[in-house]
Amino acid sequence: MNNTLPETDPVASINIDQDKPHEQTIEEIVASLGDTVGKTRVDNPKMSCTGVDVFYADKQAIFGVDLDIADNEVISMIGPSGCGKSTLLRCLNRMNDTIPICKVTGKLTLDGDDIYDKSTDPVLLRARVGMVFQKPNPFPKSIYENVAYGPRLHGLSRNKADLDDIVVTSLKKAGIFEEVKDRLDQPGTGLSGGQQQRLCIARTIACSPEVILMDEPCSALDPIATAKIEELIDELRENYSIAIVTHSMQQAARVSQRTAYFHLGKLVEVGKTDDIFTNPKHDLTENYITGRFG
Amino acid sequence: MKKFSYEGHTAHQFDVELNDIKHKVMNMGGLVESMVHNGLEALMTMSAEIGSQVSADDDRVNRLELEIDEECTRILARRQPAASDLRMVLTIIKTISDLERIGDEAEKLGRISVKLSNETDVPRYYKDLRHLGDLVKSMLSDALDAFTRMDVESAFRTAAKDEVIDREYGNFARLMITHMMEDPSHVSHALDMSWCARSLERIADHACNICEYVVYLVEGQDIRHANLDDMRKKLL
Repeated sequence: MNNTLPETDPVASINIDQDKPHEQTIEEIVASLGDTVGKTRVDNPKMSCTGVDVFYADKQAIFGVDLDIADNEVISMIGPSGCGKSTLLRCLNRMNDTIPICKVTGKLTLDGDDIYDKSTDPVLLRARVGMVFQKPNPFPKSIYENVAYGPRLHGLSRNKADLDDIVVTSLKKAGIFEEVKDRLDQPGTGLSGGQQQRLCIARTIACSPEVILMDEPCSALDPIATAKIEELIDELRENYSIAIVTHSMQQAARVSQRTAYFHLGKLVEVGKTDDIFTNPKHDLTENYITGRFG
Repeated sequence: MKKFSYEGHTAHQFDVELNDIKHKVMNMGGLVESMVHNGLEALMTMSAEIGSQVSADDDRVNRLELEIDEECTRILARRQPAASDLRMVLTIIKTISDLERIGDEAEKLGRISVKLSNETDVPRYYKDLRHLGDLVKSMLSDALDAFTRMDVESAFRTAAKDEVIDREYGNFARLMITHMMEDPSHVSHALDMSWCARSLERIADHACNICEYVVYLVEGQDIRHANLDDMRKKLL
């Protein structure tokens, strides 16, 4: 029996391009999606994106996004995996700077100032635009130190009493103080998942940010911890602007005032959450939120 | 006008569930339609038999209302529908409540027929209800068609007929007053006829509601308590 493989693979040698219909490139599909449906601009913008394109090496991940994040609003960004919602979120505090192949063009402003300007210090920017991640990621330090770390780094406190005050206030705002007040010196990593996430929110709040970005903050949490975070988001809205990326449509419907739907890196539709979830204008939005694909 | 589909969900079972309740509503609509037809027929022929049949059908309609209501509750709990799916479930919940009320009105026609069938000396003018009855039947049938086909244009056209029926009802009421004044011994019968006319007019109102739900379902625009012509211009 001849066990040797043939030199040329018979399957590979078939000319598969023959009679193959023209496959649309992503650029072509994106172009066919048309303009964003809905009002991308608001009267009181905290942050503004204008014509934002993002590339990972040669691959374009975001296509000309125009979007405002208003003062004291929660805006949710929804869309299927790979639609660019997290990428856009990460542009808002220059987290993408840490990815060498990532290139951002277009204009992103915070209070009218270009955040990609050479004079902008990304570390200071990230203090003003805080971020909460998908998985709770407390520092391997005590609960107290987790919260105190940012304010100390940014010199937000004059003395120990000041710092204590910031830590307690932040933990209170994040709705976790009562649960941890007796064990502030114990490691943050010893808390439950939901508590860790609220600790991360407290850590973010401690730097007195103006905007909080949340990248699927509840996806690793149980329904009770999720409900607590959602309650917290609602309270935080009074003092901060919040942009939240979520895969849970119900969560977007519950916590946000505006919703933006992304598809293949394009902002397809943006509007009041109430309208988007009862009567979306774009067919793709409709299909996504009714579970017809994605 | 928007396209409307309740199919194509990634969770195929959801398609099946929505399809199922929609079909049940259509069945309920068919049953109610035949009740109105029979109620009117019982009245025209003074048939106690047809009249009692209408009452029996009302039980089936009531059971269907409970059954569909329960399925809608299950879908809301299990699927948390959004957008057109949510509107579909809401529309169905409202529609079946109107259908059930139509059934109740038709049952009243049947009950009065049974009562009249035992009486002698029933005046001839009960035949005058035929015209109003036919108008109402056709409106109900068109409303159910609009629902089945999710046809906004037809829903608007049908809803507009309510005005004609209201006018016809006004004419009939005036006629009854004249009869009562002419021959006070017929007041009791004339009142029965007025109740029947009132029931028919109410059926038309419920049909009109169903048309409004169809527009909401397809266009996502609530047109209740709004000017029909204005809304039609805006949406079509």
